[in-house]
Amino acid sequence: MTDLLLSVQQLTKCFGPDAPPVVHDVSFEVAADRAPEIFAILGPSGCGKTTTLRCIAGFERATEGTVVMQGRTLAGSGVHVPPEERGVGIVFQDYALFPHLTVLENVVFGLQQETEAERTARAREALDMVGLDGFEERRPQHLSGGQQQRVALARTLAPEPDLILLDEPFSNLDALLREETRQEVRQLLKDKGISAVLVTHDQEEALSFADRLAVMRSGQLDQVGTPEEVYYQPRTLFVAQFLGRTNLLLSQAVGDEADTPLGHIQLNREAEGTVLVSLRPEHLTLAAPETADGPVGTVQGRAFKGHDITYRVSCEDNEYLVHTDNRRLYEAGDTVVLQPLEPAVVLERQPTPADMPSGATPEPSGTT
Amino acid sequence: MTVARAVRTMRVRWYVTLPVGIVLAGVLVPLGYLFVRAFEADLQTLSDLVVRWQTLRLLGNTVGLAVGVLAGTTVLAFPLAWLTTRTNLPGRGVLTLMGVLPLAVPGYVMAYVLLATTGQYGTLAQTIGVVLPRLSGYDGALIALSLGTYPYLFLNLRTALLGVDPALEESARTLGYSRWQVFWNVVLPQLRPGYLAGSLLVGLHVLGDFGVVSLMRFKTFSYALYLQYAASYDRIYAACLALMLLALTGVVLFLEASLLRGLLLHRTGSGTARRAVPLELGAWRWAGYAFAGGLALASVGLPMGTVGYWMSDTVATGLPWGSLASSLWASVSASAPAAGLAALLATPIAYLGVRYHSGATQTIERIAYLGYATPPLAFALALIVFTLGAVPAVYQTLGLLVAAYALHFMAEAIGPIRSALYQAPPNLEEAARSLGRSRLGAFASATFPLMRRGLLVSVAFVFLSAMKELPLTLLLAPVGFGTLALNTWSYAEEAMFGEAAPYALTIMFFSACFVGLLLMREQAATAREKEVG
Repeated sequence: MTDLLLSVQQLTKCFGPDAPPVVHDVSFEVAADRAPEIFAILGPSGCGKTTTLRCIAGFERATEGTVVMQGRTLAGSGVHVPPEERGVGIVFQDYALFPHLTVLENVVFGLQQETEAERTARAREALDMVGLDGFEERRPQHLSGGQQQRVALARTLAPEPDLILLDEPFSNLDALLREETRQEVRQLLKDKGISAVLVTHDQEEALSFADRLAVMRSGQLDQVGTPEEVYYQPRTLFVAQFLGRTNLLLSQAVGDEADTPLGHIQLNREAEGTVLVSLRPEHLTLAAPETADGPVGTVQGRAFKGHDITYRVSCEDNEYLVHTDNRRLYEAGDTVVLQPLEPAVVLERQPTPADMPSGATPEPSGTT
Repeated sequence: MTVARAVRTMRVRWYVTLPVGIVLAGVLVPLGYLFVRAFEADLQTLSDLVVRWQTLRLLGNTVGLAVGVLAGTTVLAFPLAWLTTRTNLPGRGVLTLMGVLPLAVPGYVMAYVLLATTGQYGTLAQTIGVVLPRLSGYDGALIALSLGTYPYLFLNLRTALLGVDPALEESARTLGYSRWQVFWNVVLPQLRPGYLAGSLLVGLHVLGDFGVVSLMRFKTFSYALYLQYAASYDRIYAACLALMLLALTGVVLFLEASLLRGLLLHRTGSGTARRAVPLELGAWRWAGYAFAGGLALASVGLPMGTVGYWMSDTVATGLPWGSLASSLWASVSASAPAAGLAALLATPIAYLGVRYHSGATQTIERIAYLGYATPPLAFALALIVFTLGAVPAVYQTLGLLVAAYALHFMAEAIGPIRSALYQAPPNLEEAARSLGRSRLGAFASATFPLMRRGLLVSVAFVFLSAMKELPLTLLLAPVGFGTLALNTWSYAEEAMFGEAAPYALTIMFFSACFVGLLLMREQAATAREKEVG
């Protein structure tokens, strides 16, 4: 990473001298050496992700740590560049459109070009870009949520900032529109070559929108990586659970193998002693007991979802989740053999309860 | 490090630090003087002065009047605010105007009008032969103050009612609440900041009033204070009375602050609030008209009619045009700069209180309110002694009068500005800053346009109050500076009601025009918004 766009190092933010840090020792980088990057910070509400974003934007003064953009220190070691001099755009969750200005005036607001005509032309271009030509003279309050969101995006993109920050910008849209808008915005950012930092509590959004993401918990980053890395190689129990449902196995590891409640299985890395490992439901499959060896369980129920099926299988007092393709059909009460398809992921020994039960985890939720 | 940074921040944000500093010094120095004055006496004398039945009687009278007027103004202002914002009653604009016009009637005029209307020799008896018992004492003060101060509450409630997001009401309706339950559970709680701001103004007005209680001969703290200054001139006892009145004000401010705690009601949804769907009144319309009409008749019609009645006397003998013109100019030349100055000082204070809600900013706001709550007579006397001692050049100048008006009436400016700020989400400014505006620039381009309406209300309030202000003018005006208020009151005091009429009428006419202008501008802005939409 030679050409860093944004580098956040050991960022800490406390509100008040005695208050516990809301953001604690957070470090990550957004690169722009090959192509603009979209980086997401994913975490439950109250984890400090928005405060991190506000420190980058300059609305909050970092207590410790540095924020450097393109080699220029924005925050840290006594420096605090005011927001207006950072060249960072932001789209707020509630869009923060100026209600006393028209759509066009909202977009013109941030433009610095010499003449009125240039500014207007640039703003129209930006509105055109988000598909809102013809709405110039409307007031924000007369637009739908999706349209307001596009105005906010056009307003942020028009001055061509080096980096834009997205503070849960899709969460006020309905599900259908959200999915579609997400893809459009991603395409737009990629086309314009603008890097972005997205903050969200929606794991699906982070996984599908970002090139890389960080998972945040209680003010700290648990893991930073590509969506695939974070999803398939979670470093901690929290990351494993927050990104989707998984099966946890309390195991005895020797080298890269372990004895687990589901038998002797491969591990993704070497470990010794008692460890907690995670096995995603899609990394398990079912077989008929006549055709395979392995731990035997009973099908408790299933959810048919068209392209695949999720089974709940009980095995020695624990229940496991298994995603299979839609050709493996079992009924509730059938006896099946559980087979791992991939090595299980060893989770770091963190302050996790020692008596963590094996079995499927509950649905990840956006709140703590 | 932190101290150095605080100092640097203060220097950089002079546009906040300077007004706050002026307000704090301007309010606290005179108050400090009151303490010095009171404690010039030894403790025995002090306790003899304070611990006696007289004090308890004054306390009972003052609190009783404040509670009564608060109840009275609520009964008058609430239905009117609701009628003019939430119903389809035709003529709401006129009714709104009528709800603001009493601000153009000074308390001493209202009190005199009531005295002169009722009783055996009142205008009612003389014109239509109806003899009502002559109003005076508690009843008289209660009615005069309620009719004169309900617009403060009305305007705050109106702003609050217009600011309630109808989506909240609609969602409550869909959750199975009836219209009445929605009003009770959803609308009323959201009106609390506006109601508190308005009722605080009313309460402080009552505590500091002197025109009404002096004419109605009702002994409250401030009337007793005036008697001390005017008659026996016992400054130590006067200072004691002022301090007791201040303590009472402190209790009111404390109550308001603790009730307002945690009432930061930003709208959380997206977009900008729509207007609520108005309620069809149907046959109830006539009840609405009867209420609003009766109120307008009592608070606007009666003073106009009565003053007009005296005026006809004066017109017959010839109007004093020269004196009228010079006193009008005197009033305007002091009130207009004071209104601008007050809004200028109030904006950063309201802004700090809303955006950086903390112990420190709350204290600043409370100190600003203390300037309003300080009895005007005591405030004026303190300023006189202070200027004579420290800056004699300023004594008896127009500048001192303007500063006194601005410091004293600033609280009237804070309320509407604060109400407006509650409606402007803080992230609009953050958006403006990320789009390249400085801190001051972001405020000017994103927040200021949204609080213009509140600011206008503030300026009008201070201007009208200064035009009407009597005790401050009485003590602080430069020699030979005869304002409309001074002339009205001194003629009325001497029972020369015909002579007082032209000045009173001028104040009322001028103030009514100003109120009308204010409402017209507001309507024009609303119409512009609709046009664009």
